[in-house]
Amino acid sequence: MTSDTRTDTDRSRTDGELAEQAVVPMPLVRAELPRWAPWGILVASLVVVGGILAATGNFGIGLTLVLGALLYAVVTYVVSRSVEGGRKATDRVVTIVVNVAFLIALIPLISVIVTVLQNGIARFDGAFFTNSMRGVVGEGGGGYHAIMGTLIITALAAAMSIPVGILTAVYLVEYGKGRLARAITFFVDVMTGIPSIVAGLFAFAFFALFAGPGIRFGFGGAVALSILMIPVVVRSTEEMLKIVPNELREAAYALGTPKWRTILKVVIPTSIAGIASGVTLAVARVIGETAPLLIIAGLTTGVNLNPFSGRMTTLPVFAYNSYAAPGVPREPFIDRAWTSALVLIIIVLILNLLARLVATLFAPKTR
Amino acid sequence: MSKAVHAKDLNIYYGSFLAVEGVNIEIKPKTVTALIGPSGCGKSTFLRSINRMHEVIPGARVEGSLTLDGKELYGAGVDPVGVRRQIGMVFQRPNPFPTMSIYENVIAGQKLNNKRAGKKATDELVERSLRGANLWSEVKDRLDKPGSGLSGGQQQRLCIARAIAVQPDVLLMDEPCSALDPISTLAIEDLINELKTDYTIVIVTHNMQQAARVSDFTGFFTIEGTGKPGHLVEMDETKTIFSQPKQKATEDYVSGRFG
Ligand SMILES: Nc1ncnc2c1ncn2[C@@H]1O[C@H](COP(=O)(O)OP(=O)(O)OP(=O)(O)O)[C@@H](O)[C@H]1O
Ligand SMILES: [Mg+2]
Repeated sequence: MTSDTRTDTDRSRTDGELAEQAVVPMPLVRAELPRWAPWGILVASLVVVGGILAATGNFGIGLTLVLGALLYAVVTYVVSRSVEGGRKATDRVVTIVVNVAFLIALIPLISVIVTVLQNGIARFDGAFFTNSMRGVVGEGGGGYHAIMGTLIITALAAAMSIPVGILTAVYLVEYGKGRLARAITFFVDVMTGIPSIVAGLFAFAFFALFAGPGIRFGFGGAVALSILMIPVVVRSTEEMLKIVPNELREAAYALGTPKWRTILKVVIPTSIAGIASGVTLAVARVIGETAPLLIIAGLTTGVNLNPFSGRMTTLPVFAYNSYAAPGVPREPFIDRAWTSALVLIIIVLILNLLARLVATLFAPKTR
Repeated sequence: MSKAVHAKDLNIYYGSFLAVEGVNIEIKPKTVTALIGPSGCGKSTFLRSINRMHEVIPGARVEGSLTLDGKELYGAGVDPVGVRRQIGMVFQRPNPFPTMSIYENVIAGQKLNNKRAGKKATDELVERSLRGANLWSEVKDRLDKPGSGLSGGQQQRLCIARAIAVQPDVLLMDEPCSALDPISTLAIEDLINELKTDYTIVIVTHNMQQAARVSDFTGFFTIEGTGKPGHLVEMDETKTIFSQPKQKATEDYVSGRFG
């Protein structure tokens, strides 16, 4: 360890190199900036920057915030260093950097939600949830057919992927040793990176073998989506199962519990919260897929509740198509596209809430 | 209830590594046997081979003969799950199931194996086991609270209650007090004294006083050096081991001159 990487706590060490130097005891009390100081500096920085910009005629909210944050960091460092010393000053600057990074990450998120709300709220009405697009050329109509298509296709995909994914993960963590397990892990990794269009083409090519090249149906879409979903479920479930302490498995074995029951009643319940959120993420990943469904599920304006025959439209496809190929006039189509996006976001939100619910209901409790 | 355990020329391996060699030991029913010895000499390994928990580790295996009341435990066709139902185990670190309440933890053995009994019988079993583990008065008002919300000592006694609720013939304890304060330790030692009227108990401990206090017999394990297998040096009545052991190594160890 070189002397410049040594931290304060190392001063208590008495290794040879240190013993030569006089050990300076660290004071327990040192000067500290008052509580209001960071806020004071922040407001002052913003005011100063805003004032200067306004005086030079360049005032703008964004520029003020960016330059103000910079000034804030610099002033905080200088002030803190002179009062509290170097370590505290670095601490304060790093805190500022982390907070700013968080705010920057938040900007696109909030902007997306606000934009979708603003544009989508116009057609967020009863008709959107009850009408399809059959026979609609301009105003009116709705996304009922697309909502049902999304729900049916995603539910089918989930029904296929979740059991397969979870069982694969159980195999890999609890049973898999050696070559087969390594091969599965490898293919899961490869599958995680498959572009979604490839999954769509695969499903199309596969079903075209049986039904000819004109085949378009909802179940095919579900198959394409589960190809995308399974690796995500496997990966996240695997991580969750791995963090279940081995002691719990041994505790169950020691009570004379067979392995499969131990997995079913101890390992999975202990990790169910994590598995549930992993599964939700996987569903959220595929529910917004457009390209593969465009190929294999096709497009339709009417309601089709049978996934095994006939074309089926989902919300992303509906949004895409309304935007890419609007009728005349354009506006009602664009409005419906935004509302589809809004409904999609709401569905994902509900899924997340459901996962939270599952997590809190089943999670290990401590009180 | 309460059976004898008899090991003959037992070799215990982790893969190709011989961890414990040539153990010959006779454990009588309704006695407490303490296993002592320096770290890494294979006490836990031997203990875990008694209820076939050893083979849970990939590559781990056992050679030789180990019998429970004359019945070979490693014979062909013996189901390890069945063995573990008769030989219970308490681990060094308390490990209650975090998803279960105190009540459910006690009956975990039944619950995990889908053995259903009436509500009344189950309540009785829970109370009996918790009383047996000296925990009843502390938890009787919060049986539906999670087991992981108890203190370390209480959790360990909960694990003991869980182990005796399945009414095993033999109870194995691997350093059950090493994470506990002196008062909880005393509670568990008292408990061991009571339990030996019903069970055969084998306990691993690093605490000589504890071995002297709770056990009728003591076995001393040791190891010549790293990479060498551990082995049982001698086993005798606890009094004898601590006052006039036959082997020099044992005397050095119990008098604190080694390890
Ligand atoms: N899972 C394992 N895989 C491989 N070797 C192991 C494993 N567990 C233990 N060993 C080895 O077996 C030998 C005996 O270990 P064991 O845990 O039985 O010692 P111990 O007497 O219980 O020690 P302690 O008093 O520290 O608990 C040691 O050399 C150890 O490194
Ligand atoms: Mg041990």
